[in-house]
Amino acid sequence: MPPQQLKVNNTIHTIDVAPDTPLLWILRDILDLKGTKYGCGIGSCGACTVLISGRPARACQTRLDEVGTNPVTTIEGLSLDGTHPVQLAWQQVDVAQCGYCQAGQIMAASALLASNPHPTDAQIDAAMSSNICRCGTYPRIRQAIHQAAESAAKK
Amino acid sequence: MPLNRRTFLQMSALLTGGLALNLYETPIAAAQSGQPVQPDLSPRAFIHIAADGTITLMAKNPEIGQGVKTMLPMLLAEELDADWSTIHIQQADLDESHYGRQFAGGSMATPLNWDPLRRVGAACRQMLISVAAQRWSVPVSDCTTAPNRVLHATSGRSFTYAELATDAARLTPPPLASVQLKDPRDYRIIGKSQPNVDRLSIVTGKPLYGIDITVPGMLHAVIEKCAVFGGKVKSCNQAAIQKLPGVRHVLVLEGTLATNPVVSSDPGIEPGVAILADTWWQAQSARSKLKIEWDLGTGATQSTDAFAKRAAELFQAPPANTIHTAGDVDAALKSAAKVVEATYAYPFIAHATLEPQNTTASFKDGKLEIWTTSQAPGGGRKMVASALKIPADAITIHLTRTGGAFGRRLMNDYMVEAAWLTKQVGVPVKLLWSREDDFGHDAYRPGGFHSFKAGLDAHGKLIAWRQHLVTYGVGDHYASSAGISADEFPSGHVENFGLYATAMPLRLRTGPLRAPGSNALAFVAQSFLDEVAAAAGRDPLEFQLDLRGNSSNHSDRLSNVLALAAERSSWAKRTHTPGKGMGIACYACHLGFFAEVAAVTVDEKNRITVNHIWVVGDIGSQIINPAAAENMVYGAVIDGLSQMAQEITLDEGRIQQTNYNQHPVLHMRQTPAIEAFFLKSDNPPTGLGEPALPPLLPAVANAVFAATGKRIRTLPLSRSGFSFA
Ligand code: FES
Ligand code: FES
Repeated sequence: MPPQQLKVNNTIHTIDVAPDTPLLWILRDILDLKGTKYGCGIGSCGACTVLISGRPARACQTRLDEVGTNPVTTIEGLSLDGTHPVQLAWQQVDVAQCGYCQAGQIMAASALLASNPHPTDAQIDAAMSSNICRCGTYPRIRQAIHQAAESAAKK
Repeated sequence: MPLNRRTFLQMSALLTGGLALNLYETPIAAAQSGQPVQPDLSPRAFIHIAADGTITLMAKNPEIGQGVKTMLPMLLAEELDADWSTIHIQQADLDESHYGRQFAGGSMATPLNWDPLRRVGAACRQMLISVAAQRWSVPVSDCTTAPNRVLHATSGRSFTYAELATDAARLTPPPLASVQLKDPRDYRIIGKSQPNVDRLSIVTGKPLYGIDITVPGMLHAVIEKCAVFGGKVKSCNQAAIQKLPGVRHVLVLEGTLATNPVVSSDPGIEPGVAILADTWWQAQSARSKLKIEWDLGTGATQSTDAFAKRAAELFQAPPANTIHTAGDVDAALKSAAKVVEATYAYPFIAHATLEPQNTTASFKDGKLEIWTTSQAPGGGRKMVASALKIPADAITIHLTRTGGAFGRRLMNDYMVEAAWLTKQVGVPVKLLWSREDDFGHDAYRPGGFHSFKAGLDAHGKLIAWRQHLVTYGVGDHYASSAGISADEFPSGHVENFGLYATAMPLRLRTGPLRAPGSNALAFVAQSFLDEVAAAAGRDPLEFQLDLRGNSSNHSDRLSNVLALAAERSSWAKRTHTPGKGMGIACYACHLGFFAEVAAVTVDEKNRITVNHIWVVGDIGSQIINPAAAENMVYGAVIDGLSQMAQEITLDEGRIQQTNYNQHPVLHMRQTPAIEAFFLKSDNPPTGLGEPALPPLLPAVANAVFAATGKRIRTLPLSRSGFSFA
């Protein structure tokens, strides 16, 4: 297979690995973007959530050849310095315990807010319930999503 | 506060069964004696004040999500009188000669460090003051401090800490026992919520965790192990695997498992086949082509169903071991006006830390460097030294932030494996277990079975309690975290009492899981007590308060938290509507005292919605970092709810659950409203990682009974006919 092009965080990379390699391992071990996490490898935890063409996707379940020319955004690409409203809210609410799931949570939350700027609790639950937090930070995640929605509305 | 015998036994239980764990007993004994644990700790090891004014504080313990990387430096900063907003925090490497014990376990960080770390901060402040006093030629007693400055109030002069630091560093630190500590009323940092010091790195995806470590030239490793614990490799298609893309080495591990009749929590390296490749995905892909013939060993006949059957048989026979008796329980049961009987059971469960086990290690010129997520790195270093036959002082250990631990990383198996691999191949190795490896090769929370009989007199008073635990082990040597101690409640509160145990052999690793022992024992005893109260026609809260000796002098910390939990949840005003119910429970462990009330709704299909949980805890006089403490309580509640739905089962010796879809973690939509309250008491602050969890399970089970009239006596919920909505 010839090398493939992959657009991540607005940069085009040439990737020379087996085309069925999961995006997760390309991000982590080829592009050295360690923010996207491995939790389960079967699509059931959400730790590897990234955006593909703006929509949340499981990087562990997406093969390189399935990404094609669709742009990928990872936690490192959400903002340069942690100033995306979701990242700010996450810091203000002090969501994290171990923090390992939080990149995936933040990516899922940013996708939710992009499509629904003022989600209700029920809508948050529906959008976020496939992202596991083993430490149990759900109350704070919910609070941070509301806070991010409010701060975005004020801008 | 001295640790009582029960806590000490629990700690010992948590700590036995592994080289790593012996290391804890010294500091615990020291904490028990009330002496500062490390009188020789030096401010130099913990506090660095640069000429430009930057103050760096070392975070000594492994950060596993419990918040110690923020909380322990707060203790230093408070007594140093530093400006928290400008402080830098740095994770310390393993160096117990300078930092004292460095481990995360038993909710011990607070009790073991509360006194010494504040003294280290105060000693440094005293050194800075004495330099300033000397420069001004004024008595030390005329000087005070404001954040990052020494002041001479009468003359209005001041020095920044930076201006004093170089000279202060030349002084001999004062003995820690001699330093003056602040009046808690003057605290500026302790007791005020300080957000997680790694928050910016976390939300921007910086490489913080063990899994994120990269060392130049490293290979990525996976290890395929036998599905049956301890199974050995008879043959393997090594040569074929060696040819696959990216694969550099295929190594057969003989394993170093100890052959004790009771498997310890960290018994050595399991046999297997290691594949080392250029990338992890290549190693993992090559693994799927492995053809291994295994010698399964003796574990292959074990099954969960057979254990349950055997336990039922053992309940019919006299117990093998007497743990504790008082009065004459059998006679009292015979003469009782009413006898209540029930059998409870709970399963093996896995830790399932979201970050799978991993370690990166680099062996070069006789020296070994390790980056690890261990909770007990000091013990890990000893294990590595003995496995590799190298001196412990040739091993450097860097501690990384850890994606959850819950006791799993008290075991250091993955650290030894990575160290062994790098020594074999001569280049750095990053070992990463797959999620399936993690579920299949954990040191599981042991399952257990309890048969209860309680006797009530004609007035509904509890006069007899008989409890028989069927657990795992050989004779009276129980598997790790599978024992029970003589003072397990209601021991000491019932005139006629008998606590017994019988062990069944087990060829599987068990080990401590968050609130070890307690996470299961609270469920069975606090649920059965609720049954007894119901049989007596009593309110379960009043029944328990009476049993505990509801004293008006507030001496009983559990009675106090029970009373406050009842008040906060309006327990007395609860209504009795079919399908809706409230339950209450309490438990003390790890020096923490907690009561919890659950409010649930159960639908006609036995689906449980947990609506509300009230938590009241007494962990002493200070909540050091309140917002983080609240978050930790949320976590304990959610973890406890998850535990109610989880099980690990064995069939022909093989673990049946391979991933989160079969061993679920609670989802956000299932998460109740949670309210956490702390009842401050006149006791030294203690830890919070564990004690908020145990009462959750019986509180929910008792609420389900109140809603439905049905008891949850067997976990997971599905085995009692229930599920979470
Ligand atoms: S790692 Fe991709 S969903 Fe869990
Ligand atoms: S914060 Fe630890 S898994 Fe979510």
